[in-house]
Order: sequence, then C-alpha cells, then structure tokens
Amino acid sequence: MIDLRLLVQLGIIGLTFFMLINASALLVLAERKFMGFIQQRHGPYLVGPHGVLQPLADILKLLMKEELRPRGADRILFTLAPILSVTAAFAAFATVPWGATTTLFGLLDEPATLGVADVNVGLLVIFAITSMGVYGIVLAGWASNSKYSLFGGLRASAQMISYELAYATSLAAVILLAGSMSVREMVDSQAGTWFGFIPQWYVFLQPIGFIIYGVAGVAETNRAPFDFPEAEQELVAGYNTEYSSVRFALFPQAEYINMVTMSAVAVDLYLGGWHGVPFLTEHGLGWLVFLGKVGALLFVYIWMRWTVPRYRYDQLMKFGWKWLFPASVLNLIATAALVLYFNG
Amino acid sequence: MGELVLFYVLGGLGVIASALVIGQRNPMYSVLLIIVTFAALAGLYIQLDAPFVAVVQIIIYAGAIMVLFLFVVMLLNAPSETGSQGDLLHHPTRQPAITRIGGALAALLVIQLAWAVVRARELAVPVGVGSDGETLADVRTLGRVLFTDYMFAFEATSILILVAMLGAVVLAQRKGEGE
Repeated sequence: MIDLRLLVQLGIIGLTFFMLINASALLVLAERKFMGFIQQRHGPYLVGPHGVLQPLADILKLLMKEELRPRGADRILFTLAPILSVTAAFAAFATVPWGATTTLFGLLDEPATLGVADVNVGLLVIFAITSMGVYGIVLAGWASNSKYSLFGGLRASAQMISYELAYATSLAAVILLAGSMSVREMVDSQAGTWFGFIPQWYVFLQPIGFIIYGVAGVAETNRAPFDFPEAEQELVAGYNTEYSSVRFALFPQAEYINMVTMSAVAVDLYLGGWHGVPFLTEHGLGWLVFLGKVGALLFVYIWMRWTVPRYRYDQLMKFGWKWLFPASVLNLIATAALVLYFNG
Repeated sequence: MGELVLFYVLGGLGVIASALVIGQRNPMYSVLLIIVTFAALAGLYIQLDAPFVAVVQIIIYAGAIMVLFLFVVMLLNAPSETGSQGDLLHHPTRQPAITRIGGALAALLVIQLAWAVVRARELAVPVGVGSDGETLADVRTLGRVLFTDYMFAFEATSILILVAMLGAVVLAQRKGEGE
C-alpha cells in the first residue's frame, strides 16, 4: 500500500520546485515586457505570439554558448560559485509555506500542507540560507581573477552584511507580534479582520517594519536601485563579468528566485499570506490569493528597477548604517514595549 | 540506525574539514572549509534536537562572521603560501619557545579529551532540559532560561562584546588621527 499522503506531499515539493524554476523564466519575460512598456517600446515581440516564448529562446541561446573560463581563474571555485548561488536560492524557499492545508477536495483523510517543510524555527531557516547565498557572488568575484569581478564580489559582501542587520531586526518585530517563529503559524495569526473590514495583516501594525524589510530586501537581492555588485557603468557586469553559458545563466536564475522568496516571505509575514479573500480561502483556493500578492510585489520590484536610478555606493552604506538600522532597532523596541503593554 | 549513520557522516565531515583548514596553502580555501565545518556542526545540533542553536550557528558564524573573514582575505589578497624549505624553517611559528608552548597545550588538550571520553558515562547530564523539565528545543524556553538561570553569563558576554567593539573603534580612530 502506497502512502497516499506522502505521495501528495512529495508532489507538492516537486510542484514548488517546478514553480520556482519557471518563475525565473516568467520574470525574465515580465521584466523585458514591462521595461519595454516603461520605455515606450514593445519589448520582445518575435518569438511566439506577442513574444511570450522569448524566455525559451533565451535559455536555448545560453545553453548553446561556449563555456569560457579565464586562464587565471580558480578552477574549483569558479564552477562552484554559480552552483552555490542557485542552490541557496532554491533551498531558502524550503520553509516558505504558500497555501493553507489541503485535502485535495476531500481525497485525503489527513490534510497535506502546501509548502515544502514546516519547522518551528522556519523564519530563521529562511534567513540563515539567504545569508549563505552571498558566498556564491563573493566567490564568483574572487575566483574570476578579474578586477571588475573582484570589486563586484567585495561590494556584494559589504552590502549584504550591512543590510542583513536591518532586515533581521525588522523580522524580529513581527516575531514578537506573532509569538512564533513558524511561518505557517505567523500567517494564520493574521486571519480575520478589525472592525469587520480591515484585514488583520501585520503591515498595518508594522508599517515602518514593512518599509525597512522592503528596502533591505531589495538590497539583499542586489536589485536596482541597489544593484551595485553588477553596476554596469562602473564594473562592466560586476561579479559575473567573466562568466558565460550555463554558468552565467545560473546567476540571474538565483537572483530571480531570491526575488520570489523575498516577496513570498513579505506576503507571509506582512500581507496575510493566503488570507484576505474569505471566499477563496474557504474553498481551499487560498494559494491563488498568495500567488496574486506575490505577483504584485514582484511587479513593484520590476517597476522600481526601471524607474529609480541607482544610488552611489557610499550613499548605500551610509543609508544602511545611519538610517535603516537605527530605524529598525527603534521599531523593534517600540513593538516590544507595545506588545508588553497590551498582552503582558 | 539512520541517526547513527548521519552522526558519523556529519561528525566525519566536521573533523575532516577542520583538519583540511590548516592544511590549505590558499587562505581562501581555509575560510571555505571552516564554513563547511560550521555547517556540519549545525547538522549535529539538529540531531541533538536543538534546531534553534543550529540555525543561529549558521546565521552568525557561517553567514556573518565568515563573510567578514572572506572580505578581509579578499581585501588583503593574501597570496598562497609557498612551500619552499627555507621559508618554513624561518617561519615565526618555528621558534623553539613557541613550539614548546604549543606542544604543552596540545598535550593538555589530548589529556582533557581522554579524560572526558573515559568518564563520558558519569558526566552525562540530560542536555536540553530546562529548569521545569521542558526541552530546550522551544525558543520560548531557551529565552526564559537565558534570562533567568544564566542571566549573569549572558550579561557578562554582552559586556565583553561591547568592550571589544569599543576597543576596535578606539584603535581604528587612533590610527586615523596619526595620518
């Protein structure tokens, strides 16, 4: 007798993986289309109807290209760096739940959970694995044996250390509110409404924390306006200058998956996860709500890239240490005091 | 059975990686191997039913401190150590006084380890149980124990870290004024 529930859970894990891989392809297309729209042109238009098959062509092109490695590059680390990047990106999604439990419309006796794993320190696991992702970029920069790459790698490590603090501190405030570190429990504590119409999302209790999380999240994923590790005008392409073919393709892949993870965590912690549309949530379709919210945040990500100019590097460091981090600490202290006042 | 196999795999990985750390000529590889050691340790913590400690180990050591190490190694661009004979003989660590102190410390460590292994059964106290019998796997319990039973150690550590931080700031500033 095959354990049906185990099979379903494995299927869900496979589905999560499949969605993440394809999310990056869809995001490439969305990015180029929106970029075209913002710059008043069509964007990719030739492959498939309205250019929707463009990612397929992109991937084929990347696979067909010759793999180059500079003679002075470090053999092992040059290959290991992109693998590390993409592995950390996938693994970070492991404890991100993306829907309530489901019985597959009554097929199962015990409900299966939508998401890979649910551990009681889930939020910290996400944070730990995301913080490992920087090694891929730093090692790529160092192993390439090129000055542009090295500068890209150095910038990445400095930037990620600086913004990780503000990022973690803003998350700690949400942990205080929810009283749990399991992401699923944190989502479920946001069900329901205040006064019958305001959804009980933490974004309304933590507006400053949400902004800090968003800014630090953009810096952590190295996206514009904080994309210094690959600032084209200054560093050619930054840490991935010397990469080509599949090895190169893994870096943007990791970046897009990190964007998805960052948005999914924001939705889970601040925007009520799969709650908010009672009709869909009741009928086991909460994950549609979740996907919609994540999509909206990803759109903001892309929107920002093509409308906001890049900062200067010293401005980035100054902003991170002198404004964002103190603001997040004050936010944490204020939250702790209020939680103690109302609950203690 | 599976748990035992996992323990030996993780423990072996940790021991081999940490032995390789000092065997590397390239400091970059040493840093990376330390990270592998930390990851193996984190795996062992999970086996001990302490997921919080494991995750914190990864966040603080592998994720933050080692990034700084890597940063410094990259900035210094330290070259690989050359293996020529003359170099090694005149290496500062080859002076007799240092070798003797090192030897004495190593001997002490071996004795301590042997003593601990021999008396392992007597010394074994149930790890991971709080003052009221709850397991430490729970973050809530861990926090409570940390701020009640181990309050002094906790605060002393934080003062130590603060002093180290202030010291670093003072040293950095003095150097800047001299220029």
